[in-house]
Amino acid sequence: MSAARLVKNRAWVVLIVLAALLVVSVILATGIGSTHINPGEIARVLWSHLTGHADPTSANDSIIWGLRLPRTILAILVGAALAVAGTLMQALFHNPMADPYIVGVSSGAAFGAVLVATLGFTLSVGGFTLAPLVAFLCGLAVTFLVYALSRRSGRVPIGVLLLTGIAIGGLMQAVTSFMLLRQDTADLHNIMSWLMGSLAQSQWSHVWALLPYVTIGLVMVAAMQRDLNILAMGDETAHHLGVNIERSKFLLLLVASLLAAAAVAVSGIIAFVGLIIPHLMRLIVGPNHRVLLPACLLCGGLLLVWADVIARTLIHSGELPIGIVTSVLGSPFFLYLLNRREAAH
Amino acid sequence: MSVSPILQASGIAGGYNGHEVLHGVDLALYPGEFLGVIGPNGSGKSTLIKALTGILPLKRGEVCVNGRSLRDYKPLELARMLAVVPQLSVPAFAFTVREMVEMGRHPHQRGFGSLTPEDRKAVDEAVELTDITHLQKRAIDQLSSGELQRVTIARALAQRPRILLLDEPTAHLDIGHQLDIFELLVRLNREQGVAVLCISHDLNLATEYCGRLLLFSVGTVYATGSATEVVTAENLCAVYGTLVRVEANPYSGQPFVLHTRATEVEEEEV
Repeated sequence: MSAARLVKNRAWVVLIVLAALLVVSVILATGIGSTHINPGEIARVLWSHLTGHADPTSANDSIIWGLRLPRTILAILVGAALAVAGTLMQALFHNPMADPYIVGVSSGAAFGAVLVATLGFTLSVGGFTLAPLVAFLCGLAVTFLVYALSRRSGRVPIGVLLLTGIAIGGLMQAVTSFMLLRQDTADLHNIMSWLMGSLAQSQWSHVWALLPYVTIGLVMVAAMQRDLNILAMGDETAHHLGVNIERSKFLLLLVASLLAAAAVAVSGIIAFVGLIIPHLMRLIVGPNHRVLLPACLLCGGLLLVWADVIARTLIHSGELPIGIVTSVLGSPFFLYLLNRREAAH
Repeated sequence: MSVSPILQASGIAGGYNGHEVLHGVDLALYPGEFLGVIGPNGSGKSTLIKALTGILPLKRGEVCVNGRSLRDYKPLELARMLAVVPQLSVPAFAFTVREMVEMGRHPHQRGFGSLTPEDRKAVDEAVELTDITHLQKRAIDQLSSGELQRVTIARALAQRPRILLLDEPTAHLDIGHQLDIFELLVRLNREQGVAVLCISHDLNLATEYCGRLLLFSVGTVYATGSATEVVTAENLCAVYGTLVRVEANPYSGQPFVLHTRATEVEEEEV
C-alpha cells in the first residue's frame, strides 16, 4: 500500500470513529439529566418519531423530544459551525492562533444583544425573539465594517484586517460595557449568561434557524477546500498558484462570519471551541482541509454535546453557561498545545 | 532577434503607498533563456517580480506574457504559464512535502476534483527532478532551508510553467546547496526549455550560470548583456558604491568578483 493511501485511510478511520462517537454521544447525552433515561428508551422514542408513531403525551417523549434532543442537536450544530469557522479563519489569517471571533463577530453580536436589552424590547419576530436576530445582524455588520476599513487600493491585507478587527472589537466592547453598567441586576444576570454562552432555552426553532446557515456554509467550504490549503501558504503564494485571492478571501470571510454569527445568535459567545478543535484535529489528521474540515465539524459537535452535559448537570441549582465550561476545559488544553509547539521548535 | 519574448516589460513603473520603486523598467525574457537579475538591496528586484506577476499594480507601462497583456490573463491561466519561487519563508502549517508539491497542480485542476493521473505524473516528475523523493512524507516545517527551497521549486515545476521566476533562491543556503540549486535551474532550463528569470545576490554564481545578466539600480536597468559586459568594476562601483576587482575565473573564464578592503585598492592605485 502506498504512503498516500495509508494516510488517506487513516483519515477515513478518524472520520468514521468521530461520526460513530457523535451518534453514541447523542443517545447518551440525551439520557443524562435530572431524570435519567436509559439508551433503549431513547432509541425507542427516536424511532417512534422517525416512523411517525410518536406519543407526545408521554413524559419521556416530552423530555427527550421536547427538551433534550433539540438542545443536543443544537449543541452539535453550534460546535460544528464554530469549529469550521475557526478552521477557515486560521487558513485565512495564515495563523493557527486565529479564532472565529477574530474580526469582531462576537463583539458585534454582544453589542446587538445588549442594545436590544437596553432598549427594553421583548419583541418576537417569526417565533424568534429579537435579540438573536439583532445579534446576528450586528455580528455580520461589524465584520463587514472591519473588512471595509481594511481595504487598501482594492486589496485587503491580512495584517491590517487583524488589527482593524482588534480596534473595532475594543470599541464595541467599550460601548457594550457602558450599556451593561446601566442595566438592572435581574436583566444583567440574563444578559451575562448569554454573553458567556448558553444553550439553556434551546428549541427546535433554533435548530431550524441555524441549519440553513450551517448547510450553505459547509457546501461552500467543500467547494473551496483546495483554495483553503493554498491560502494557508500565504497570499502571494496563493496568487502565484492562480487563486483569485481577494475573491477567495472575501468569500471565506463571508462564510466564516455567517457560521460564527449564526452560532452566536442562538447560543451566545462560546469561547475556545473554534480555536481548540482545529488545533487538535490538525495534530491528528494533518493540515489538509479536505480531511481537516469534516474532522473539525464532527469533533466540534462532539465537544459541545459533552460540554453542554457538564453545563446542565454540574451544579444542582440551575445551570452553568456552556462558555464557562468550554473555557475551563479549553484554556489548560490550549496552554498544553502552546508548550508542545514551543518544545517542537 | 527574430524570436519574440515570452515575458516582456515595457516602461513599467509602480511602488507602494505613493512611493515609486520602479521607474520605467524595460525587460525581455526569451523562450529557453536563463536571465539573472543582480543589483543592490532595495534597488527594486523583488518589487520587479511583484510587478511581473501582477501583484503590484502598475502606474505606467505594461507587462506582456507570450505577447498578451498580463491584464487579460485570468489568475489560473497565468499560473499555467508562469510559476514563481518566492523568497524562503517558514510555512505556518505543517503540510507534507507531497501535499505542498500537489498544490502546484491547482491551476490545472477543476472543481472538487482530486488528482488525475496526469496531475500525479507531473508531481512525480517535479519531485524526481528536484531530488526530494525521499522527503515526500515529511512535514514541511521539519525541513532544512535547502530542502524547503527544493520543495518550493518542485511545487513551481508541478505547475508545468513555461516561465519560472525565482527571488533569491540561494539566500541563506551554504555553498554546496547554492550550487545544487543553480545546477538544478540550469538543467530545467536546458532539458525542459523553461525560461528562467532568477534574482541573485551572489554575483559570482550569477556570472557562472546565467546566460544573460541584468544589473538593477534604484528601480531602473543600469546595464544588460553577457556577464563580461555587465559585471565590470566600473558598473559595480557605480551601482553598489563600493570598490571591487573583477577578474576572470581561471576555470570558466567568466568574470569573478573579488572583495578587496578599501585600503588595499587605494594602495595599489598609488
